[in-house]
Amino acid sequence: MTSTPYLSLSIWVPIIAGLLVLALGSGNRAPLARALALAGSIAGFLVTIPLYTGFDPALATMQFSEYASWIPAFHVNYHLGIDGISLWFVLLNSFMTILVVLAGWEVIEDRPAQYLAAFLIMSGLINGVFASLDAILFYVFFEAMLIPMFIIIGVWGGPRRVYAALKFFLYTLLGSLLMLAAFIYMFLKAGNSFEILGFHALQMPLHVQELIFVALFMSFAVKVPMWPVHTWLPDAHVEAPTGGSVILAAITLKIGAYGFLRFNLPIAPDAAHALAPVMITLSLIAVVYIGLVALVQSDMKKLVAYSSISHMGFVTLGFFVFNPLGIEGGLLQMISHGFVSGAMFLCIGVLYDRMHSRRIADYGGVANTMPKFAAFFMLFAMANAGLPGTSGFIGEFLVTLGALQANFWYAFLAATTLIFGAAYTLWMYKRVVFGDIANASVRALTDIGMREFAFLAILAACVLAMGIYPKPFTEPMHASVNKLIQQTMLKKI
Amino acid sequence: MPSMKALLLLIPLAPLAGALLAGLFGKTIGRTGAHLATILGVAVALACSLEVAQAVFTQGFHYNEAIYTWLTVGALPLQVGFLIDPLTATMMVVVTFVSLMVHIYTIGYMHEDPGYQRFFSYIALFTFAMLMLVMSNNFLQLFFGWEAVGLVSYLLIGFWFTRPTAVYANLKAFLVNRVGDFGFLLGIGLVLANFGSLDYATVFAAAPAKAATMIQLIPGQNGSLLTITCILLFIGAMGKSAQMPLHVWLPDSMEGPTPISALIHAATMVTAGIFMVSRMSPLFELSETARSFVLVVGATTALFMAFLGIIQYDIKRVVAYSTLSQLGYMTVALGVSAYPIAIFHLATHAFFKALLFLGAGSVIHAMHHEQDMRHMGGLRKHLPITYWTAVVGSLALAGIPPFAGFYSKDLIIEAVQASHAPGAGYALFAVMAGVFITAFYSFRMLFMTFHGKERMDHHTREHLHESPWVITLPLILLAVPSLISGFLGVEPLVFGKYFGDSILLAPEGPVAALREEWHGVGAFTTHGLMALPFLLAVAGIATAAYMYLVNPALPERLKQRFTALGIYGLLDNKYYFDRFNEVFFAGGAQTLGGGLWRVGDQTLIDGGMVNGSAATVALGSRLLRRLQTGFLYNYAFMMIFGVFALLSISLWLFKA
Repeated sequence: MTSTPYLSLSIWVPIIAGLLVLALGSGNRAPLARALALAGSIAGFLVTIPLYTGFDPALATMQFSEYASWIPAFHVNYHLGIDGISLWFVLLNSFMTILVVLAGWEVIEDRPAQYLAAFLIMSGLINGVFASLDAILFYVFFEAMLIPMFIIIGVWGGPRRVYAALKFFLYTLLGSLLMLAAFIYMFLKAGNSFEILGFHALQMPLHVQELIFVALFMSFAVKVPMWPVHTWLPDAHVEAPTGGSVILAAITLKIGAYGFLRFNLPIAPDAAHALAPVMITLSLIAVVYIGLVALVQSDMKKLVAYSSISHMGFVTLGFFVFNPLGIEGGLLQMISHGFVSGAMFLCIGVLYDRMHSRRIADYGGVANTMPKFAAFFMLFAMANAGLPGTSGFIGEFLVTLGALQANFWYAFLAATTLIFGAAYTLWMYKRVVFGDIANASVRALTDIGMREFAFLAILAACVLAMGIYPKPFTEPMHASVNKLIQQTMLKKI
Repeated sequence: MPSMKALLLLIPLAPLAGALLAGLFGKTIGRTGAHLATILGVAVALACSLEVAQAVFTQGFHYNEAIYTWLTVGALPLQVGFLIDPLTATMMVVVTFVSLMVHIYTIGYMHEDPGYQRFFSYIALFTFAMLMLVMSNNFLQLFFGWEAVGLVSYLLIGFWFTRPTAVYANLKAFLVNRVGDFGFLLGIGLVLANFGSLDYATVFAAAPAKAATMIQLIPGQNGSLLTITCILLFIGAMGKSAQMPLHVWLPDSMEGPTPISALIHAATMVTAGIFMVSRMSPLFELSETARSFVLVVGATTALFMAFLGIIQYDIKRVVAYSTLSQLGYMTVALGVSAYPIAIFHLATHAFFKALLFLGAGSVIHAMHHEQDMRHMGGLRKHLPITYWTAVVGSLALAGIPPFAGFYSKDLIIEAVQASHAPGAGYALFAVMAGVFITAFYSFRMLFMTFHGKERMDHHTREHLHESPWVITLPLILLAVPSLISGFLGVEPLVFGKYFGDSILLAPEGPVAALREEWHGVGAFTTHGLMALPFLLAVAGIATAAYMYLVNPALPERLKQRFTALGIYGLLDNKYYFDRFNEVFFAGGAQTLGGGLWRVGDQTLIDGGMVNGSAATVALGSRLLRRLQTGFLYNYAFMMIFGVFALLSISLWLFKA
């Protein structure tokens, strides 16, 4: 294809913008840095729009492909392409970057240029993860994006930021080394090729498939995160600045789940079927156990972090019941969770910027002083509780229906989220927002300004639009998901 | 008919537009703008609903089409669409009519409230959600509406969000309803998994073929697919229609402003469960076990909730418990396959219960937000319109002919008598005893409020006055159907072809049996005057009159007697349901969550695996560091030792 390399643009426009911000906006030229960062993030999103408008939903093959030799000695290529699955995450990531730039606008006073640049660079790298069709290219992006996130938490984070950043880094690094080993094994099996689509065609006996599955699983499960390798997430969220939490929850968690779809299921379908009971069990533990744990949190960010883990449990549950309801439901849950968890962390950020506390007990009666904020927060809380008409409903609904087709009790356990999700979210909302004004600090609160109104309203529109008319989100998915389901049904032993 | 489609779309969208205007631009359009916009929206919905109802009943109009495709998954389209048949048309008229009355009433009731526009926005939004629920042609949209009315109920119970009791009550309402929705969702899931569709028409058509299908939920235990599905769906109804043991949220919902108690927690939303089961009659008719379950739950609710009405002093709570009990009556009708009678009672109850609630609101308004009946008395002189409409409402509730409640309630009792379903004997006892208790507490409320000594303080008495016309007009407009809807409706609704095919009736069910004995409304009324239920109702009224008019010291003596027996404590604590839920469910979940967090996450995973592996690495490196002493002779010794060790091993390995 000789047409515009939109995927390369989606990767390099934010990275170059980030470097420009670093070069021009350092020191005390913060306004310039902010303006550049906003322009860069908007440009980064604009170049991804043709990916949606030009996407042919009838095709299950990779679209917008780009191919160039990168390291010929090791047969590593710069090979990009997206299907109806990865499309959404490139769009979501580029979109959320704009909001994160807005969210960090005046709040970050310490080295704002570096802060904004880190997000822009990370945004480009994450697009690279979703667009890579070469395993080494994927691996490079996958590892490289850890660095800006590590810096964001480690530099602009809370008091225990170093512990949290290290825990985050080591946890994720441990998994990815095994993934590299699996890639090298498959490289040799595939006749010296790192092509991911080539990996899909490899015939392997069950025990080899299982080893590959487990190696990849170690890497992706940490990212999702699945129980029991989830404990880095609450710590990372609590210490991360608002923007870091937003990207962490909205985007980086999706990389793990995406990895299952791009690698585990098509490469090792027999192992996926053999290990599905384990995966489903872990997912259901995430839904129920983590739902209960979320209930007792006294820190708002921790609560939403645990709620994220619980919601991601639906994603992995949906993937491993191997039917269209489950997989498309899981994908919709991923997109929706991007909006909703992002919005929840932004809401907590709005409160934190004013009160410098995330403790639920320090609040009470916020609706009296911040009515506009309370209305937005209500909408997002309801979306987090999976109310129909919001995006939060669709994924949970479809995955529950899909799980029921596999086994009634899967659905039974998953559906408990109707109760737990509502309980922890609305109980927090009640304690923070409702009631009489609890103390002098709450009395002194000012309602959201234009900038905050803007990013909350944009997300509110997304949450409602997706809830009321989700069809445009699923149309491009069908062909790719059908192909994926066929691949998982294939015996490759 | 494109014009008909536009008309149907207008019905839910007009209130929605009003809600959005009042909610988003409340400041700009002001108070008058907000109530005009929402009232106009609901009035349009009522006018169009009447138009549709006319087409349905005179021209046999029927509509079942998708409006738009919400999404497709695999080959399965999930759609938003309307099904218009006699059942839907009845519900649409009831909902929009009561809603319009409540809107008008709210102008007077809430006129001092700073959240005026917000309130109108919510009640108009509720009307939209309720209409989407009843007009749906599929399970998905039903669930949408189901949860959406729950949301508005949550927002309205907590409308006065600075009150701790209100925000406790709304959270409780939402969570208890979610327990019901949990069952409902699983029921919908079973429908989809076994019928491959969520469209009513498709599912109902395929249902008879699945009557004998067995599924195994517990290995080795076969269960009828339809029985399990129906019971799960009914659990949803138990939440929304507040059947025991999921009734606990409804009394607390009285924390919300009175107009919404009338609209949502008496007349419309709480009857969604009754409507849903009637809509699902083609499924429920195929499972006697599920119907018996429905019957027993309904009978228990009808009787035991009525008992609680006796001891309340809060005027709204008396009406609330009577609502619970009456919902039990409707559920009993469902349980004996008398769906048209359930809907008939739903409609008459909507009118007289909305009337009673709005009447109670008028009293509360006049009494400066005093709700305790012990501080009332003698109000009939001050509030004549409120008093006379409350008399109409109470007579209707007590089931005195020719008021509306008599026809619908008497038919429920006769249907239970005619039924041979398992549990019908118990149900008959419950609904009979319920008649006496209902009449008693209704007139206890009437007498304590409007008759006897004036027990309010001097200041309140001086300011007592009849409510403004925006409040009394809805009372009068609701009193009319409370009086006449019974004898006008009974013949067409229950015995005519009114519901057509929209409700499936078993040919040998109790409604068919009642039809054979039907000799017209006049004969039914005169027959009713000699039957046991009427005598029980009169006895209830007489007892109330004796205790609260003739001998006012008696109730207090009886209270002491029953306290000594422990019965009063049981009733006063509402059978300890709340206590149990708080300790067992709320407390249990928190204890479990806290335990999992501290033991699972912090001790085992973080302490054991994460920091444990870090500690292991640290220990290993401490040991290894010992070897790195930096002294040359140590390294030399290690090298020599290593060479010897390697030699020994290879010699041992390759000795052959």
